Amino acid sequence: MERILFYIIALSMIIFAIAAVSSRRMLRSVIYLLFVLVGIAGIFFLIDYNFLAAIQLTVYAGGIIILIIFSVLLVHHIELKLEMAKPFRQFLTAIVCLIGIGIILTTIYSHQFEVVENNISTTTAQIGSKLLSYDSGGFILPFEVISVVLLAAMIGGIVIAKGKKLNEKNDN
Amino acid sequence: MIEGISIYEILTLTTILFFIGIYGFLTRRNLISILISVEMILNASVVNFVIINKYLYPDVLQGVLFSIFIIAIAAAETALAVAIIINLYRQISSVEVKDTEVMKF
Amino acid sequence: MNISYIILVPLIPLVVFLLLGIFNQKIKPAVSGYVGVFGLLASASLSLYAAYHYFFISGKVDGTYQTFTEKSIWMNFTDALHIDMGILIDPISMMMLVVVSIVSLMVHIYSRGYMKGDNGYTKFFAFLSLFTFSMYGLVLATNLFQIYIFWELVGVSSYLLIGYYYTKTSAIAAAKKAFIVTRFADFGFLIGILIIGFYTGTFDFETLNNPEGSAILNWAATSFMGLSVITWALILIFIGGAGKSAMFPFHIWLPDAMEGPTPVSALIHAATMVVAGIFLVARLFPMFYFVEDGFALNIVAYVGAFSALFAAIIAITQTDIKRVLAFSTMSQLGYMMLALGVSGYDGQEGVGYMASMFHLFTHAMFKALLFLGAGSVIHAVHSNYLKDMGGLRKYMPITNFTFLIAAIAIAGIPPFAGFWSKDEILVAAYEHNKLIYYVGVFVAGLTAFYIFRIYFGIFWGKEKTYNHTPKESPLSMTFPLMVLAFLSITAGFIPFSEFVTADKNGFDAHLNYSLAAIATAVGLIGIIMAWVFYKKENSLSDKYAKAFGPFYKWASDKFYFDEIYMFVTKKILFKRVSGPIAKFDNKYVDGTMVGIGNKTVWASEKIKGIQSGKVQDYAFAFIAGVVVIALVSIYLLTS
Repeated sequence: MERILFYIIALSMIIFAIAAVSSRRMLRSVIYLLFVLVGIAGIFFLIDYNFLAAIQLTVYAGGIIILIIFSVLLVHHIELKLEMAKPFRQFLTAIVCLIGIGIILTTIYSHQFEVVENNISTTTAQIGSKLLSYDSGGFILPFEVISVVLLAAMIGGIVIAKGKKLNEKNDN
Repeated sequence: MIEGISIYEILTLTTILFFIGIYGFLTRRNLISILISVEMILNASVVNFVIINKYLYPDVLQGVLFSIFIIAIAAAETALAVAIIINLYRQISSVEVKDTEVMKF
Repeated sequence: MNISYIILVPLIPLVVFLLLGIFNQKIKPAVSGYVGVFGLLASASLSLYAAYHYFFISGKVDGTYQTFTEKSIWMNFTDALHIDMGILIDPISMMMLVVVSIVSLMVHIYSRGYMKGDNGYTKFFAFLSLFTFSMYGLVLATNLFQIYIFWELVGVSSYLLIGYYYTKTSAIAAAKKAFIVTRFADFGFLIGILIIGFYTGTFDFETLNNPEGSAILNWAATSFMGLSVITWALILIFIGGAGKSAMFPFHIWLPDAMEGPTPVSALIHAATMVVAGIFLVARLFPMFYFVEDGFALNIVAYVGAFSALFAAIIAITQTDIKRVLAFSTMSQLGYMMLALGVSGYDGQEGVGYMASMFHLFTHAMFKALLFLGAGSVIHAVHSNYLKDMGGLRKYMPITNFTFLIAAIAIAGIPPFAGFWSKDEILVAAYEHNKLIYYVGVFVAGLTAFYIFRIYFGIFWGKEKTYNHTPKESPLSMTFPLMVLAFLSITAGFIPFSEFVTADKNGFDAHLNYSLAAIATAVGLIGIIMAWVFYKKENSLSDKYAKAFGPFYKWASDKFYFDEIYMFVTKKILFKRVSGPIAKFDNKYVDGTMVGIGNKTVWASEKIKGIQSGKVQDYAFAFIAGVVVIALVSIYLLTS
């Protein structure tokens, strides 16, 4: 059952990912990305990381996608068809990417992973206490640093987006 | 652990996702599309962190915690990228890559 | 004797030069004139005091004037071979200090009147100070290299001052000519210095000049083409000296140098810089005398004698009064050279050396006076040419009188200064070499003739009508004339042989009455001939010029030496040698370099498109590269 579910999710993720990078309509592309992100959340559910899945859904699907949609709506016509690279260039890039996939997959498949069979389910409390622990293996310092980074990003985002007009081109 | 699914299959999925992201990054001619591709790349790596944690070292949480950090950083990055895109749009009325070639020669 | 205060003598003009040079635009001309004059006054008083101190207070020790040096090592090649900077005090450097400071001071004072209203007034005084500094440095130099440095510095100041009227094409050409010709000769000087440094291991004058020193005793150690290398070096050094002192065949720059302002001609091209060559030979005199039995010294004598004769003949035919004086200078310099050439070393034998220095001293006074007088005349009539002058004695009494004194002095009529020094030269030549003696006597007659030719031509001769009446020059110009006239009368009475001799011991000189009588008679004949020819306007001179026929024409065209030089340089050197080399250089040497550059530009034109400025292109290259490297490292390197 889980196996079938995984295959369905994986297949749809790949399809939607390809659609997201090849659609010539901006808004559709963003929605396809949303599906990919939701699919990733589904994988998190499947491997029993519910908290992570929730974060994925709220932050990515809920936050980032909305942000991108806003920016799309601010700078684009919905019906605008986007430019793509030249066909030859696309072909070349595809070849490079396929070779890359080939290399990495052969490397992965030639490596023997020492998989530990387990059924441990992780609770949110465990994650929370680990995140705020200052014992060895605790993540309190990165956690605090991240909070500062987020604050800086927030301020930076406001300052940059507010920026003065440098030329009058966009008046008309 | 997903019943009947080995780590190889999941890693295959993330690899494909990663390279689809790279393909998009290289072929799209629009800053927002590029941003979307970058998100995809990031997500593929997040999944890798989590899967490896789950399959190989189930009794620790490092992978999960790093995923959380990556997601946080990605959110910040997206916010900044959107801010830059909007600012750029206000200045040159375009978010096409071909209009931002100041680094030329 | 503590000599360290003498370092101030050259330093004061240097400070004045820097002051006037740096604040050229800010300083008012009136102020700069005073700065120049008072700076030089201070330095001149110091040097006069130093001379008094050296000759009279310090005096002789064991019958010999001492040599004082104060120096510090500047550049160290080996333990023995190093270049020093310092000051060397001995009789000739003291005498030169006196000459330079007196003439320079007079010229400074004179220039305040002569250059009045000129645009580059401050610049002019700055250059004069630079020259004075360099000349002091030259005479005080302790070693060959130091003298060479200041040698070039006086060359530069001379270049700057000849080209002072830089809007005049002829002045620029003359400046370049002077610089190139002397530079060419200095090349010989430099090679000579290097040879001396290589074979004797020292540049120091004291070591080199010591008659018992290794430099002189070991002259025969190495020989080259039948002569000792030291002799070759001395000949090369003499070539440098001949260049500066306008000896034949390097004389061609001196007449053209008259394009500079007249005070400059008086200071540099009559009294001081041009005697640097004489000074150089005198400075190295023991080497010249002892090495290879004075072979190099004989060359000096013959070159000097020939130059003296050659220049005197040309001087008779010139119509530009400054050029007459220039050739006269050259002739007198030849006199000094020949005196050095016929000199011995010890005591009475060294009369030629003494006479040369004596003549240098007196000549500086009366030739500066002649030039300044000529400047005064030119100032009044605004022309250099004899045909524009005549009968000026009524308008310019002081100039007339002082010019007459200088003319008598140079003609060698007793008791004026020139008589005494010229007589000593003729005595030395008579004792040493009869041929040179006869040349000397003949030149003495020619000298008297040509100098009185221009004297009568300027102040007597036909009455001219002038556009505006010439008037006597201001006091700032006539005062130096009077001072120098006084010196031209009295300088001959200085017992020079007491002070400046080759062995520094001094001796009693006495007149050789028969020789003196002959010289005086020849001088008088010259004057009388000039009187007959030029006192009143008449056609005698033209008749005699015709009688000499082509010879007169050759002489008035300076024996075509300029043309020969032009032919050799332009037609032969430039066309046949430099031309092909330049072509080869342009075509192949430059061509290769330019080709490399052009190909690089071409290649970068072709590939600059890669730097498109598009991030995605860069990213593509990056990822493709990563893939390739991964492929290589996984499948090729690990197999």
